[in-house]
Amino acid sequence: MSIFDDINAIITGMWTTWKHLFRRPVTIQYPEEKRQPSPRYRARIILTRDPDGGERCVACYLCSAACPVDCISMQAGAQDNGRRFAVWFRINFSRCIFCGLCAEACPTMAIQMTPDYEICQRDIMNLLYEKEDLLVDHCGKDAEYNFYEHAGIGVTQPRGEGLEERPPVDVRGLMP
Amino acid sequence: MIINPIDIAFVFAKICLLMVAILTLAAYLVFAERRLLAWIQDRKGPNRVGPFGLLQPVADVIKMLAKEDFRPPAGDKWLFYLAPAMAAIPAIITFAIVPVGAPVNFFGTVIDLQVADLNVGLLLFLALSSIAVYGVALGGWASNSKYALLGSIRGLAQLISYELSMGLSLVPVVMLARSFKLSAIVDAQAGVWFIVYQPLAFLIFLVSILAECKRIPFDLPEAEGELVAGFHSEYSGMRFGLFFVGEYINIIVLGGLASTFFLGGWHGPLLPPVVWFTLKTLSFAFLFIWIRGTLPRLRYDQLMHLGWKLLTPLALVNILVTAWWLYLKG
Repeated sequence: MSIFDDINAIITGMWTTWKHLFRRPVTIQYPEEKRQPSPRYRARIILTRDPDGGERCVACYLCSAACPVDCISMQAGAQDNGRRFAVWFRINFSRCIFCGLCAEACPTMAIQMTPDYEICQRDIMNLLYEKEDLLVDHCGKDAEYNFYEHAGIGVTQPRGEGLEERPPVDVRGLMP
Repeated sequence: MIINPIDIAFVFAKICLLMVAILTLAAYLVFAERRLLAWIQDRKGPNRVGPFGLLQPVADVIKMLAKEDFRPPAGDKWLFYLAPAMAAIPAIITFAIVPVGAPVNFFGTVIDLQVADLNVGLLLFLALSSIAVYGVALGGWASNSKYALLGSIRGLAQLISYELSMGLSLVPVVMLARSFKLSAIVDAQAGVWFIVYQPLAFLIFLVSILAECKRIPFDLPEAEGELVAGFHSEYSGMRFGLFFVGEYINIIVLGGLASTFFLGGWHGPLLPPVVWFTLKTLSFAFLFIWIRGTLPRLRYDQLMHLGWKLLTPLALVNILVTAWWLYLKG
């Protein structure tokens, strides 16, 4: 009889909702309770420093080129010793989609993602992060990495004394 | 005939008390529905305004009053303004005939806890529930919108098919109580509640009042998924609020009537009569909310099929069986 099937179906459904009536809600009361993001969650972008305290960013524009929403812009500059840096560096978080392509593109591990997602602002102009807002005083994920120790351009050490680097060959000494 | 000014004062007091009680109850029913639905869906529901969110209805009213009162310029102005009242007022009037508790002795005067104990109380209820359809029909028509019109057409067709089975399911109650008077119907259930004699009529009445107050699974006139909000799509602000509150008043009234007709009204052991009546009425409200959290909406043809081909014939057979049984009993 189909009517008994129907009644059975209704009673089964009512019993299911009755059980859910006493189940603990899954809601997180946001401003009071905060949710622990998953370990690989990525959100607000930071600019890290190398172990010596110098800025890692060499203003190569790779992050800016990789960004699919064009939210990163900067102006490159260079010191007398050859060390490159960003004169200004700006990330527009009202456009950022937290895709992580900039962090992937960065050759010096300067630009990194953090799990901090609470960056809402009333005024959209406050979402424009300048270099001083982005720069942090630690190394982020790769604590030992210093780009200039591998670069071989003689900024942190004389040429030829970097890691995995042999001293430069004196080409005149190779004469037959 | 009431001529004594003290009696008139008592009637006015009863009316005021009932109005305040019903409106407060309706406002808190909205809140209770939101909380219960949230719990059913493993959420928490509104809990920000006041302790446990108990001031949420007040906040809702303030919000409603502050909203823009928009009227579609192409619609019928006066009918548009009138329709929400026509939907809400019959529901409130119906409560006048419901006996809320046992007669009380107040300083020597015996007062019925009922605004009007009419000889034809049950017929008045049926008449008023038919009039309430005008609010739906005219509101949808005066909006001059396709969704609203479709909603009101559905409302009319649904209400016509369910009025019939609702009226027919009440005939055995009248046969058992031998009166249309609601106080007499309640008195007839002093021993055994009518639900014991008439479980089928109770079920038919329950399904019919679900359709009558346009609740899921019979909320076709205001189906959100298909018709935006059906007949009240174009309403905003307090006019929408009146439709909304009218619907919840309807739930309370129909719950009260269902407990009057089948669950013995205010009769019950230990607790005072008014508490028994309130408990029974609110348990119907809870049942409606629970059903809303469970069942999906019926299709239009399924609803017609259920109303005309199942409930109405069943109610007719039920009347015949009851009549036969009463005849044999003598």
